Amino acid sequence: MSYPINRLMLACLLAIAGAVAFLAMNRVVGWSLTWQFRSDKLLTMLVVAPCIAMSTVAFQTITFNRILTPSVMGFDALYMLLQALVVALLGSVALSDMNPYLKWAGEILLMVAMVTLLFRWLFGGKRRDLFLMILIGIIFGILFRSATDLIMRILDPVEYAAVLDASFASFNQVNKDLLLASMVICIVPMLALWRWRHRFDAMLLGRDQAINLGVDYNRQVTKTLICIAILVAVPTALVGPITFFGLLVANLAYQFSGTHKHAYVMPMAVAISVTFLVGGQAVLEHVFNYGSALAIIIEFLGGLVFILLILQRGKR
Amino acid sequence: MIRATMLLALVALALASILVGVGDLGGAQAQNILLTSRIPRTITVMLTGTSLAIAGVLMQMLARNRFVEPSTTGTTESAMLGLFIVTVFFPGFSMMSKMLVASVFALAGTFIFITLIHRLPLRSPVMVPLVGIMFGGIVGSGVMFFAYRLDLVQSLGIWMNGDFSAVLKGRYELIWLVAVLCGLAYWLADRFTVVGMGRDFASNLGLNYKWVMAAGFSLVSMIAAVTLVIAGVVPFLGLIVPNIVSRMRGDNLRLSMPWVALLGALFVLACDVIARLLRYPYEIPIATVVGVIGSVLFIYLLLNPPRKKGVRA
Amino acid sequence: MIECCDLTLSYDQQPVLKQITLTLGKPGITALIGPNGAGKSTLLSAIARLVKPDSGTVLLDGEPVVGNQTLAKHLAILRQDNHMEARLSVYDLVCFGRYPHSGGRLTDEDLQKVAQAIDYLDLQPLQDRYLDELSGGQRQRAFIAMILAQDTEYILLDEPLNNLDMKHAVSIMKLMQQAARDMHKKIIIVLHDINFASVYADQIIAMKDGQVAYQGTPEEMITEPVMLDLYDLPMQIQQINDKPIAVYHL
Repeated sequence: MSYPINRLMLACLLAIAGAVAFLAMNRVVGWSLTWQFRSDKLLTMLVVAPCIAMSTVAFQTITFNRILTPSVMGFDALYMLLQALVVALLGSVALSDMNPYLKWAGEILLMVAMVTLLFRWLFGGKRRDLFLMILIGIIFGILFRSATDLIMRILDPVEYAAVLDASFASFNQVNKDLLLASMVICIVPMLALWRWRHRFDAMLLGRDQAINLGVDYNRQVTKTLICIAILVAVPTALVGPITFFGLLVANLAYQFSGTHKHAYVMPMAVAISVTFLVGGQAVLEHVFNYGSALAIIIEFLGGLVFILLILQRGKR
Repeated sequence: MIRATMLLALVALALASILVGVGDLGGAQAQNILLTSRIPRTITVMLTGTSLAIAGVLMQMLARNRFVEPSTTGTTESAMLGLFIVTVFFPGFSMMSKMLVASVFALAGTFIFITLIHRLPLRSPVMVPLVGIMFGGIVGSGVMFFAYRLDLVQSLGIWMNGDFSAVLKGRYELIWLVAVLCGLAYWLADRFTVVGMGRDFASNLGLNYKWVMAAGFSLVSMIAAVTLVIAGVVPFLGLIVPNIVSRMRGDNLRLSMPWVALLGALFVLACDVIARLLRYPYEIPIATVVGVIGSVLFIYLLLNPPRKKGVRA
Repeated sequence: MIECCDLTLSYDQQPVLKQITLTLGKPGITALIGPNGAGKSTLLSAIARLVKPDSGTVLLDGEPVVGNQTLAKHLAILRQDNHMEARLSVYDLVCFGRYPHSGGRLTDEDLQKVAQAIDYLDLQPLQDRYLDELSGGQRQRAFIAMILAQDTEYILLDEPLNNLDMKHAVSIMKLMQQAARDMHKKIIIVLHDINFASVYADQIIAMKDGQVAYQGTPEEMITEPVMLDLYDLPMQIQQINDKPIAVYHL
């Protein structure tokens, strides 16, 4: 048990068990029909979970802390805001004529630009107190959510409904067209983050030591942010925002892998993320019959973990 | 001079608020519209602004932290929990009793928050609102979960988004209670200022620290509950107004409280008029407008702490 | 050789380095001394491309340090505060010193260098302990072991004696002297205590107000007029064991 590789294998087994349970529980029809019914949801979760896990771990490494996550910083809310802005500026009529992939690509590009700008503005200047950064991040999240709401309400009621659909985290209504495209588009940033795993290890030592060890620090942060922006946009487009999931998953991953090495922490985070999301959904849907409550439960648990982390961090 | 300008602005905005609306004030219904809808609404808006700003400044004194107010300490969410429980289990209760139950929950929530922050090793003053917002988030997601199970998400949404459009004669009179509460707060202002300097300082001056604290938090909780029942959540107001006043006028409550009251009313009134004009004839919930303006101002306040004179940053 | 050409840098319109032109990096220990705010640490950081100067360049053996991909194999820097979020063991930390050479996948040669560095600083008993469990002196030794494992020709240390008691300060300085001699390292150290500079350094560079004020051997530098001008404090210089020792506490 003590070797990281064994722990990682155990976590992977749990993740696979979760996926099997999700497919197999309460099966009333044949396997092929069950697959037809459940595969979209399962595949969606299998895209969403790794995206959130990888982006959170990478984000925490480049910000030197374990409390801030892209969603706590309001990145997913920012993506919602950008979507609403696009609808507001172009109008839903023009958008319906537009190739959905083109629209999506445009939104993701916009997202990459905004995230990089915001990050540079907040973290680029003088070093600030970590807790101040967290609070500012949270307030930015509230700002983005309020602004999205404001824009949606200024829109026509019809357009409003179109945007509102996307604003709640739900695994029940999945946009099938986006699913395949999402799988394709996530692969590149995920592989990139995986390739940089040793560089991320060196970055744990802080900016100065990372530069001393030969990491081209500023470029690496920018490249990582671009990957993070994509990995935030994809799950948000698929299922909507889930604020605290990444925080939960990343911290459990550090705990369980028992090492700082990204070569273990990143896959561990992915495995835990899949286990929680798929396994949790299986249990909620097939045991308790509350299919869409998972997001709320995650927020609840995540909030608790967040307070504990702050209390613990403050004591040191 | 500034105060005169602000008063004038307040009167002008109040008039604007009375004149803005879908109903035609030239018609025969004019008097009716004015008395049942416009005037009650304007009064409610101003009192909500004033009382939430005062609740904020009180909390900041008592918790000795610049960044607390009912929505960053879990007080609002706790009041919401109370309101939710009483609505589900005792739907027949009067508005007054609902408000009282909500107040008790708000007070309990505030108490839990205070206990929490006493355990905080205060390394950074922003940890206090951080923990408060998270605590509020946890209570809020608990409420959300039960609302989801009981199919009440929609009515919860109405409380969570402050909105003055439902304010009508016969349904708003409870708001006058906050005027009384604000009066009380002003009457006790000196004591709160002293308590704000710390337990030892207060005891040294012969003040009963515990009682003043309890009185202060009760006032805050009741204000939070009343405004929640009448108008819904209006975030950040109690944080922004006192911080701006503190930068202009300092922290002696007896002197700053009238400013806080005035600016609070002005701010919410302005936001309410904006909320009604942005998509005329429809209305946008004021919480949304305040959420945007308030969070921008909050971020500004966080990034630009007041400069100490003679000390270079 | 490290050549600084016309280095200028300001923070918030406050000039910190004023057109510094300087050649340093002779074999042995070079001490950088000077009053607070003279720009010593900033100069060190600029040399190690941790801060970007407003104008001017730094050349290492004729090549600019900015954009030099292999610089980490030739020059190592250790700054004062080395706080980190991750919990690392001493051994893990020292392994990081090999990152510039192997990119994180350690070869046998890397492991050997790590073991040597740990030996050199007598860290074997501590190598599995976590950094946050160590005392200040032990942690400083761990970081120095990492820098030695990096196996660079040039080593820059920014006030490595801060927060160390006298015993540990002396042992670190002895170690650096030994490393300079055994491994022909070129070590540049920012020091606060001029007597450490006098005893252990081969040459001293003194900075004041963002400029190089004096440079020379300890015998030339630790003299009453130079010290008075540099620190604005009268000192008595006494010869102890053939080393000039400044007494300024009286």
